[in-house]
Amino acid sequence: MGKKGNNPWPAVASTVATAVVAALVALPFLPLVLWAFAGEWRFPDLLPTEWSLRGMEHLFEPGGGVLGAAFSGLLIGAATAVASVAVGLPAGMAIGGYEWRFKGGVIFFILLPILVPPLASTMGVHVTFIRLGLADTLAGVFLVHLVPTVPYTALLLAGVFAERTGELEEAARTLGASPWQAFLRVTLPAVLPGVAVAGLFAFLISWGQYVLTVLIGGGTVVTLPMLLFSAASGNDPVVTSALALAFALPAVLALVLALRVLKPGRGTSLVGPGKVS
Amino acid sequence: MGGRLKIALLLAPALAVIGVLFAGGLVAAFAQSLGYLPAIGMTELSLVAYREILSDEGFFDSLVLTLYVSGVSTGVSTVLAVLAALALRASGGRVSAVVFQLPITIPHLVAAVGIALVVGQTGLGARLAALLGLVGEPGDFPALLYDKYSVGIILTYVWKEVPFIALVVLASLRGVASELEDVARTLGAGAWQRFWYVVFPVISPSVVAASLLVFAFTFGAFEVPYLLGKSYPTILPVMAYNEYREIDLAARPTAMAINVLIALVTGTVAALYLRLARDLGRRG
Repeated sequence: MGKKGNNPWPAVASTVATAVVAALVALPFLPLVLWAFAGEWRFPDLLPTEWSLRGMEHLFEPGGGVLGAAFSGLLIGAATAVASVAVGLPAGMAIGGYEWRFKGGVIFFILLPILVPPLASTMGVHVTFIRLGLADTLAGVFLVHLVPTVPYTALLLAGVFAERTGELEEAARTLGASPWQAFLRVTLPAVLPGVAVAGLFAFLISWGQYVLTVLIGGGTVVTLPMLLFSAASGNDPVVTSALALAFALPAVLALVLALRVLKPGRGTSLVGPGKVS
Repeated sequence: MGGRLKIALLLAPALAVIGVLFAGGLVAAFAQSLGYLPAIGMTELSLVAYREILSDEGFFDSLVLTLYVSGVSTGVSTVLAVLAALALRASGGRVSAVVFQLPITIPHLVAAVGIALVVGQTGLGARLAALLGLVGEPGDFPALLYDKYSVGIILTYVWKEVPFIALVVLASLRGVASELEDVARTLGAGAWQRFWYVVFPVISPSVVAASLLVFAFTFGAFEVPYLLGKSYPTILPVMAYNEYREIDLAARPTAMAINVLIALVTGTVAALYLRLARDLGRRG
């Protein structure tokens, strides 16, 4: 891509294309931001005629339930992130770092929950969760959130481990380090950025879950997507937009963080097709 | 051999989680689809639920709608993504990587709400149309939400998935030798010919792989159609959910049978994807 003269697309056209794409990406956020701070915005006015902080106040109302829902989401997301890294890291190491038989089959098995919607399996385990007393609890919701997050952390970390040659670990071992020391002192620091990003995305996937939470949480465990769903089915675009922005905030923060940590080059895709839903 | 044991131990936690919660859940869903629900005293296995859905017109309407929504979403996203990637190829990638990653991280629900406020009958689009004198009142603007053609759902998916496919295409475009394109140009090949004979063969495997992922995802996704779809017919996951929420527990096997069919379709797509990805890996 280096030599500009070789490219059939002149730089100007490319700049225009970037601007168009950026505008399309920004488009759905425009009404969200306007509505979140709107006081009065009648059809067919192009902009609100009055502004207000009613939407923001709704978010922080002590008895409004938004703060509590956000806290539940944070708690479940943090637990999910920690657990799926703990489980996904060794798996990623096995897949990315070593060659062994049946690897294709194991990757297929790990990939399945990404492609086959966890909705089906969650309805399947629901009865068992009820019997075990896990239904309608934070712990139960945390457990089903692992289904979509573990495959992501495992495969993402497999990619991270695949980029390493293992020579440094071997050197450490030759110099007398135990396997555990070599892992802790050499391997872990090297893969830490990847681990951070994997954890971040596990959190985001959990944060974005609606249907799994509703099924297992049974309405007792309330998170932001549930409030957003009921607001969106109602008739108050101010509250809906404020909730939508609050719900999107961690995603934007995580993206900024991930871009800092990973510094992805051209075309690094961090997550699959809209898995953060 | 210690190596094999080590691999097994490293894999064990992840395989246990997926094995118990996911595979176990699917097996349970399958058993329940056969009418095996000991909790309410049903222990006899039968294919009644399958016979029921296969003879139900509502199920076929749902199946057709689901195939339509995921097919059109995937097709439109793929074409736009390839065009966007080709257009952004010269920009060096860094900008596009950042711009494109935003929709990938944003929850579908937020995208759906935003899109609804753009294309709804009192949305930005309708207001702009009113400004241009094209519509007088909101009702004049075409209904793009809860509509027959699922426009709102498809637009949300396109907004979310174009960036994903485009990033994959941008990555594979790095493998296209620009010298080859130059040679083709010198030999008099037009833009379309250069794309079709030089660029396309290199990027097509990854384009197909990414499209398969998007198809499988949209086939099984729940949130967006639940929010922006009309109440009949619904897409299959929403139909399964509605059946599941029926108070009458006898509807459970039907819900599970729909789930099993969704799992079969998406599982097949997964197998296709993996086969393609492996071939890609071998060539690279």
